[in-house]
Amino acid sequence: MEKLNVLVVDDEPGICSGINRILRKFSVDYPFMDDVIGFDLETAETGEEAIEIINKQQTDIVLLDNKLPGIQGNDVLEYINQKQFDTYVIIITSHASLEVAIKATKNGAYDFVPKPFTPQELKSSMENVTRQIFLRRMTSKLNKEGKQIRFQFLSVMSHELKAPINAVEGYLDMMKKQEFGENIKDYEDVISRMEKRMENMRNLIMDMLDLTQIESGKKSRELSSVNLVDIAKSSIDMMQPYAIQKDVTINLNSPEQLNLQADPDEMEIILNNLISNAIKYNKQSGTVDCNIRQNKGFATLTVTDTGIGMDKSEQTKLFNEFVRIKNEKTKNISGSGLGLSIVKKLVDIYNGDIHVNSEPDKGSSFTVTIPVNTNTGKEAAENDAEQESNQNETE
Amino acid sequence: MKKEKTIFLVDDDTDYLFQQGHNIKKLGFNVVTAESQKEAEKKLETFKPDLAIYDLMMENDDSGFILSYKTRNKYPDVPIIIATAVASETGISFDLQSESERKWIKADLYLEKGIRNDQLHREINKLLRI
Repeated sequence: MEKLNVLVVDDEPGICSGINRILRKFSVDYPFMDDVIGFDLETAETGEEAIEIINKQQTDIVLLDNKLPGIQGNDVLEYINQKQFDTYVIIITSHASLEVAIKATKNGAYDFVPKPFTPQELKSSMENVTRQIFLRRMTSKLNKEGKQIRFQFLSVMSHELKAPINAVEGYLDMMKKQEFGENIKDYEDVISRMEKRMENMRNLIMDMLDLTQIESGKKSRELSSVNLVDIAKSSIDMMQPYAIQKDVTINLNSPEQLNLQADPDEMEIILNNLISNAIKYNKQSGTVDCNIRQNKGFATLTVTDTGIGMDKSEQTKLFNEFVRIKNEKTKNISGSGLGLSIVKKLVDIYNGDIHVNSEPDKGSSFTVTIPVNTNTGKEAAENDAEQESNQNETE
Repeated sequence: MKKEKTIFLVDDDTDYLFQQGHNIKKLGFNVVTAESQKEAEKKLETFKPDLAIYDLMMENDDSGFILSYKTRNKYPDVPIIIATAVASETGISFDLQSESERKWIKADLYLEKGIRNDQLHREINKLLRI
């Protein structure tokens, strides 16, 4: 078990021993973590003593009483901050006011525990700070190893995955306590909500796999001459049941054939995402127009819907990861918030372009332009590298 | 009979809203819910809650803060809890918010989501001085 060094600074021996009792057998784990983290405790009765200890040894967490006999808690906090120790401070204060909180937060306190506190209050604060420490250390370790895993992505992902788990857990708990009756029939709504959340979670995971594969470059890409029109047709076929549910008509306007150098799976992901969005965000009995044209050396694909549309500020956020446009019109539409960022990433790989035209309550139109014949960005780079090494050889 | 206190619960996760609403009702409070910052703002025009619990991230990343600010302006005596999953998951603590933001954020309590029912009850009672 990994241990974090905790320093308790309080002039009341009762508090110190109380904290000791609470934390002695307490440990924290985290879904991404193989190990659990426990705590080694040390105590100081004054701020001066605390500073001495902090200077002497690595201290991960300081539980700091605000009111001390000599220098005050806030002075210790300031000292830790100035010296830039890798130390997190939790303020314990019997005068929990927003003013104290703000002052300490300015000085870099991580959290507050009001005095008197319950064991649970102390534990949940310790849990938060431990996770924070763990995540930060993991991030810096990963960065050192040169892995391109983004902390932000991980955290947002964990948020998005935890929301449905929390919802399902909440419902299961209600069932266990028989909140709505003894009969399974009383829980039909609850069960269907759980199913819905699980289904969304599955979609999210699928999208996430697509995205990580694209990003890590692990997905083996097979470029061949593909007929975009065929892919569009099969994508429309696939979406047809969904369209029928919403009474949406899909039209395809295209030549018989439009060939381009591409990976068919990737083209399918692009088309599936755009067409399913056009259905999802459409109005009842709306239409989706899918236009495919060749224009000089480019294939242009336009998917237009007659749906809810969006305003300018919403349009600018659209292609970012985990962005879902949240408003009254979209609140009952579920999605992972990854679809368009996947499409954008793929289009980028092909040195293509995607843009959106949209008007609230009129509809949106997404246009993707991809070069028909040039190498993809990645391959071009590889070719460059190859040429370079050839040159080196001839030299 | 003592008049029941009304708690205004705002969260964009409908399931969380339903479950937490149910829990709070069981504690003996009236519950009024809203699913977005916008809906919440509308409802605040028409009634005054005894206490408000706001999710932080809804249609805006700081929806909970905006709601707190607006609530404080209109009903200075209504206690506000901001319920968030932000700190433990992203490591974004409030000290990273900008200086100007911090000045106008007015909430009485930040609570981590997933707080146990009895804890929540205690916090609510404390704020309502019951």
